[in-house]
Amino acid sequence: MSEKTTDQAGLIMEFPEKVAELDAFIGELIAKDESVPNRGHLIESLHKAQDLFGYLPLEVQSHVAIVLGLHLTEVYGVVSFYSYFTDERQGKYKINVCTGTACFVKGAGKIMEEFSRYISINEGETTEDLKFSLNGLRCVGACSFAPVVLVNDKVYGNVTPKMVPEIIHECE
Amino acid sequence: MIKTFEELNSYAEKVKIDKKAAAKTRIMVSLGTCGRVAGGQPVYDAIKSAVDSKGSDSSIELIESGCMGLCHSEPTVEVVDLETDESVIYGNVTVEQADRIVNELLNATGLEKIERNWYYPELEENTNKALGARIVLKNSGRINPQNIDDYLAVDGYTALAKTVTELSSQEVIDLIKESGLRGRGGGGFPTGIKWSFAAAQDKAEKFVICNADEGDPGAFMDRAVLEGDPHSVLEAMAIAGYAIGANKGVIYIRAEYPLAISRLKIAIEQAVEKGLLGDNIFGSGFDFELELKYGAGAFVCGEETALIHSIEGMRGEPTFKPPFPAVEGLWKKPTIVNNVETYGNIPAIIRKGPKWFKNIGTEGSPGTKVFALAGKVKKVGLTEVPMGSTLRDIIFGIGEGIVGGKEFKAVQTGGPSGGAITAANIDTEIDYESLKKLGSMMGSGGMIVMDEDDCMVDIAKFFLDFTLDESCGKCTPCRVGNKRLHELLTKITSGEGTMQTIQDLKDLSVAIKDTALCGLGQTSPNPVLSTLATFEDEYLAHVKDKKCPAGVCSNLLSFEVNDKCVGCTLCARNCPVHCISGERKGAHLIDQSKCIKCGVCFDACKFHAIDKK
Repeated sequence: MSEKTTDQAGLIMEFPEKVAELDAFIGELIAKDESVPNRGHLIESLHKAQDLFGYLPLEVQSHVAIVLGLHLTEVYGVVSFYSYFTDERQGKYKINVCTGTACFVKGAGKIMEEFSRYISINEGETTEDLKFSLNGLRCVGACSFAPVVLVNDKVYGNVTPKMVPEIIHECE
Repeated sequence: MIKTFEELNSYAEKVKIDKKAAAKTRIMVSLGTCGRVAGGQPVYDAIKSAVDSKGSDSSIELIESGCMGLCHSEPTVEVVDLETDESVIYGNVTVEQADRIVNELLNATGLEKIERNWYYPELEENTNKALGARIVLKNSGRINPQNIDDYLAVDGYTALAKTVTELSSQEVIDLIKESGLRGRGGGGFPTGIKWSFAAAQDKAEKFVICNADEGDPGAFMDRAVLEGDPHSVLEAMAIAGYAIGANKGVIYIRAEYPLAISRLKIAIEQAVEKGLLGDNIFGSGFDFELELKYGAGAFVCGEETALIHSIEGMRGEPTFKPPFPAVEGLWKKPTIVNNVETYGNIPAIIRKGPKWFKNIGTEGSPGTKVFALAGKVKKVGLTEVPMGSTLRDIIFGIGEGIVGGKEFKAVQTGGPSGGAITAANIDTEIDYESLKKLGSMMGSGGMIVMDEDDCMVDIAKFFLDFTLDESCGKCTPCRVGNKRLHELLTKITSGEGTMQTIQDLKDLSVAIKDTALCGLGQTSPNPVLSTLATFEDEYLAHVKDKKCPAGVCSNLLSFEVNDKCVGCTLCARNCPVHCISGERKGAHLIDQSKCIKCGVCFDACKFHAIDKK
């Protein structure tokens, strides 16, 4: 767990309405099917929590653990295992370069390098001003437009290294 | 509510009659993920406003359908004359063409028409010698996936009705066994036998799971089925439930597939509302309910024991088999796990019988297989072909060959667990066994075509990269072994490899194959082993000559301006790091210390004045 995560405490205090929504959501899951042990609801609860808070810092993980009656280690074990979950705050613009096989053979690696060079962060990092996050993404199934880049929900197809500055400027 | 088989039939008849009365023509806009990326939504909106402006007597039914598999020509629009059943598919449709489609329907001028190169074995003979045959994709792109009536109008849920009212559980299992259907997720285990194991367990509670965690990067057939024909999967799962004696089903789906998730949710809701899922289905006393569970990005969860752990809210790590899930699965109850495409075959087998199914494909691998054709091929898309079709049929027939007139080099089947197949074996008839013999495997059906510009060592490294990222870390051979393999490959691609490096690669690959815990680990060295077997010369070129023949591995490359340079400045203007200097109309020079070897100058130059060495 990075230091950055623990520094950004206070989400639970700051957003009581989000916490209430999360609690209600988990409560419904538990009530819906009592035959399922609580840990069967963990992944769905974490999805909801990440939707609400944007990421899963320790305090959010700890809150989910308490509500579900699980140990924090079990929750952290799951968060750290699955690539969809992140415990780091993400940038306003999430740049995802598809690294599926079709995109790879069409040069996704160069696209990733160029983004990395242009905004001076490595894959998996976020800029200090919390503007951009750069990540690889597994196949989005738009293989006919390879290589593909997603910026939040916007899809760019047939991307070349030359288009990288344009894509960044479009965000700014 | 539909309570009996008769009610289903009469309801379906009524839907068909109502549909005929309501419209003479149907326009379908393909709005799967691919269609949306290509701009299908604005086309749909434009067609909608054109239809609306014609008023209600236009007799046009406009539908948002799923994927037809024609990714290369999205957005696609299909127009069907409901009286004659004639249809036309238009490709690369633009917003401007919307009016023309609505006014001229099947005979719109100036639009790109796409020849249908597949047939539907369930509905017609293969009279035009089509290469493709669609069983699983039969409805995808042809019905409105968000309206259960559309599915009911094409014999939907009749297989389930027949199953629960006319067949015993044993008869269902025998039928599936006889059909010879094998798991389409990759392994090819006979589905009927899997079901019989779970059926033999004397437990009150059992589970049916659908593996919709399509993780192979470059395969998207499961998503197409879920987006385009979700009810076929629900129907098949209920049939499986009846066969093994389970009343609960779980669809484990990737969170990265929001559209498929939303369509599944709608489908389940509608099926429950109609009484086709829930209690006492068709008055048979059989109850079946379904729920969705979401993955969270872990390739290893395609392995069934890992998938079950993930549903249980744990890390998706596999466990040793036996006990098999059929004996001890979800929450320790007997469980069967089948993949989306496998389920997609079930209703057709029940409707048409095992003999019909066995007539398609090869003896050992009956039926069809859906492939996601991508990479350096002209017509990228989804294609379903009978087993026994050749790679040549698919790549040069359906795919129309290689982009830009380049040389075909290899095709990777089976994703990160498979291997590369070369031109020498391109006439191999595809089935589970033949691909295994070639050092590859069927896998989920990703098919990535590579040309002369792809470096096979680099490709092997790419797949290893993937495995490294996705290894769950539970067993040492996979966690550490693959890391070491990756380091060896990096050594080779950066020009530091020796003959010993190649030998180490071989030895370590074999060791991992023999000792890893699960399917992911055991198959992870396959890309290395298969490229070593088929492209050893390329490995040797990297090691002995310190050259990358395909011109990919940047450490072994340099870009230099030759004397053909006319000083057009195009390269300098395109260079992302501004390392090319030179006056207009004067020779240019690349600063090797700053060059990042991206190759942009090489691609941009119109005078072949840049050498890649």
